[in-house]
Amino acid sequence: MDDDHRLELTVNGRRVRREVAGSRTLLEFLRGDLRLTGTNLSCDTGDCGACTVLVDGRPVTACLVLALDVEGRDVTTIEGLPGRWQTQSGARPPALHPVQQGFLEEGGAQCGFCTAGMIMAAAGLLEARPSPTEAEIRAGLEGNLCRCTGYVKIIRAVEVAAERMRRPREASA
Amino acid sequence: MSRPVDSAVPRAAGGEAVEAAGPGAPARPFRVIGTRVAKLDAVEKVTGAVQYLPDLEVPGMVWGKILRTRVPHARIVRIDTSRAESLPGVLGVVTGRNVEQRPFGYARDHVALKGDVVRCIRDEVAAVAAETEEIAAEACRLIEVDYEELPAVFDPTEALRPEAPRIHPQFPGNRVNFAYTFTAGDVARAFREADLVVEGTYRLNYVTTACLGTMAAIAQWDPRGNLTMWSTTQIPFLYQKDLAEALGISGDRIRVLQPPVGGNFGRGLDLYPIDIIAALLARHVGRPVKIVFDREEEFVASPTREPCVFTLRTAARADGTLLARDARVLIDNGAYVSWGSTTPYVMMTTLAGFYRCPSIRFDTAIVYTNNVYSGSMRGYGNLESTFAIEAQMDELAERLGLDRVEIRRRNANRPGDVTPQGLRITSCGFTECLDAVARDIRRPVDRPLRPGWTRGIGYAGMFHVGGGARVYRSDGCGAIVKLDDFGKVTLITGASEIGQGSETVLAMIVAEELGVPFGRVEVVNNDTAVKPWDVGVHASRTTFIAGNAALLAARDVKAQLLRLAGSQLEEPAEGLDLEDGHVHVKAAPQRRIPYEKVVRAGHFREDGRILIGQAFYDPPTQMLDKDFRGNVSVTYAFAAQAALVEVEEATGKIEVLRVASAHDVGRALNPVGCEGQIEGGIHMGLGYCLTEELRLRDGRVLNPGFLDYKLLTAPDMPEILITLIETVDEAGPFGAKGLGEAGTIPISAAVANAVKDATGVRLTELPMTPERVYRALRARKG
Repeated sequence: MDDDHRLELTVNGRRVRREVAGSRTLLEFLRGDLRLTGTNLSCDTGDCGACTVLVDGRPVTACLVLALDVEGRDVTTIEGLPGRWQTQSGARPPALHPVQQGFLEEGGAQCGFCTAGMIMAAAGLLEARPSPTEAEIRAGLEGNLCRCTGYVKIIRAVEVAAERMRRPREASA
Repeated sequence: MSRPVDSAVPRAAGGEAVEAAGPGAPARPFRVIGTRVAKLDAVEKVTGAVQYLPDLEVPGMVWGKILRTRVPHARIVRIDTSRAESLPGVLGVVTGRNVEQRPFGYARDHVALKGDVVRCIRDEVAAVAAETEEIAAEACRLIEVDYEELPAVFDPTEALRPEAPRIHPQFPGNRVNFAYTFTAGDVARAFREADLVVEGTYRLNYVTTACLGTMAAIAQWDPRGNLTMWSTTQIPFLYQKDLAEALGISGDRIRVLQPPVGGNFGRGLDLYPIDIIAALLARHVGRPVKIVFDREEEFVASPTREPCVFTLRTAARADGTLLARDARVLIDNGAYVSWGSTTPYVMMTTLAGFYRCPSIRFDTAIVYTNNVYSGSMRGYGNLESTFAIEAQMDELAERLGLDRVEIRRRNANRPGDVTPQGLRITSCGFTECLDAVARDIRRPVDRPLRPGWTRGIGYAGMFHVGGGARVYRSDGCGAIVKLDDFGKVTLITGASEIGQGSETVLAMIVAEELGVPFGRVEVVNNDTAVKPWDVGVHASRTTFIAGNAALLAARDVKAQLLRLAGSQLEEPAEGLDLEDGHVHVKAAPQRRIPYEKVVRAGHFREDGRILIGQAFYDPPTQMLDKDFRGNVSVTYAFAAQAALVEVEEATGKIEVLRVASAHDVGRALNPVGCEGQIEGGIHMGLGYCLTEELRLRDGRVLNPGFLDYKLLTAPDMPEILITLIETVDEAGPFGAKGLGEAGTIPISAAVANAVKDATGVRLTELPMTPERVYRALRARKG
């Protein structure tokens, strides 16, 4: 039997409490229960990265994780990424995360279906490694498929974002 | 007259105006055209606010799920849906036996739910509507179907044999009854008198669009029998007609909504069973029904690129001048006819048009098999022809002792040429494209050659429609431009946005022509109840065709606005102009008023009026006639690509280090959009070339997932150096030509030629997997 269990966690900075079935994935929970549809379902097998979210700051494919496995953890989706950045940097709303801004300016999104996952993977990459080389950016996005862009403008967007994210720190150092 | 815009050098985003040049030079410098503009929907896409079809919910909506056959060719003996229907949460089940259906598809050779015979593994036998997607899937498992298996055939050559199983009783010999035969000049004599004849057979693979967003549909009937469809289609108005016929209702009862779509690339160019089944289910259960393909279903049941065997001979003189080509193509159509079987139309145009070649013979056999069936996919038909033609250009050069770029230059199409089919070449920057890639591919490489690897360079060119393509009786698009009280400019276009950025470029065209800031233009393009007619998004036609329609509609509304302003400023309309959002008196520019004030005054005064401009642009072109002659496009697009590759002898692994890609785009309206199309096109073309293959065995898809169907990832991609050549086409909107498919078309040929250059081995089959390359290298060594 697939009974419901109580789940408590933080999503995009807010405490959330819900009853969920043991078989429910984090992706189903985010899209279905919380109606956070910015995270897309594409393969459901962890092969494409479209559903990437941050769990405690690290990129995770939400289709492969059970909702109950993130009990007590801190989940950030594309909808919560500006807020996460504002908390980290002191930027004021409605400032976007530099990776989002980079995608906007460099043309990183075409159909956009991979974009949320790609941005979350890149944001997680830059939290772990603020000054990646181009090869490290490519490697960091290896699990995220894009059918439209050839990744060129995505990689450029992440480079631009990394530069911007370093600048305030360097200025204050 | 052409002017390269070197995009290899990164530039700052936004605001950088391209200086005007050439015959299409405007009266004033461009404000919007040529600047690097972010897509209109970019903010929604980077914030996750965008709502794709799977994100949408309609009140009362339930989920649909399709049951497919277990065997590729069989008679359906019995379908028992009783257990499924009694499952709690199930609202109803439809089969080919309990709903009325009519034939549909390109050749009207099948129905959505197969009642008697299944002919390929994707065939739909039943569909369930239930309260949740999980219940619908569970109910599908409870449907009992008994099949009596029939002999099947999966190879097109075998399907042509007299004893082969017949797939459709009305088509003896399994031949699709389309004949694509073309001849020009004296082919036999040309081959007799040639100094050199080269020949080869090329095997091109099954690939699929593999869009990140799968096919999906929502169907909702109202109590009066009107149907609203949310669809991933690319042809909303033809779809309206086709779906109406399939359902036995009239087209005016169907409204088509096109939410943002997670890629398309030709997938939505025909009507497919998913949409019909959603509508049938919704009518059957009296509730709105949503169907979203899962990933496996997307690989099995969305249309593919057609696999083919392309046999080509080319005759040339000793100086490399082409004399004749003779081609025969065998196409595996799969079980039903969709657009895949029409690809010879494009194959032929390239074969008979790319490079000057006076004598042509082209023939095809399009064969029904029990494989999944093909539709249209980016650049369709052209990748295949280009692969064969360009392999032989290299072979001619090698055997005649000519430089590989030089032989292409000598045979290059030029302005004023008319191809044997009657295609009229107007603007043509092909030679400049060749020069650009020959320059860029030889820039220094900052990586030494590894031991055991060899390095090579390959070239290939491309010729494609660039000013629409009259594949239907109309190649038209309608546009409406409406001005409101606040200065908002609304472009209502028939064209469809599928992620390629067309709505952005259309808004740029309107802003430029009207003389208003880009930010004031919005685009409505997703509702057949509102937007004017258009034939669909395909053939790289939208910038050119919908762009011309938008330009004409903007011109129309501007003339109306100036007439209205004339009475306010007490000046003749001819003495006025609109620039920077203000109407001013040309002779006294300080006398000016914001254009929204003019519009508002029109609404509030006596004898008022609204300002709405409209246009329908259908280009002055012809459909190919019964002999396949006619000028199908107003203008043609050209490109050249060069690839720098390394091949590892011990493993057969190919690494593409760099691709140089030069494109005659007419004019780069939004350079960031142009580059995006080219870069993405190269990704798709390289996948076709190196890794992608939908593998079928006995009609079953063996690799229906991203783990086994390999799209190239970020680390796999080469450095890409792009040059945009601006020939400023006289018929294009601000001089632009189509570009959407160009990046995809020549790349596999360029890579194959580079592998030949590196190793001396000619690969004639795609994808060029390490195993294939390794075997070819071994065979060379003997």
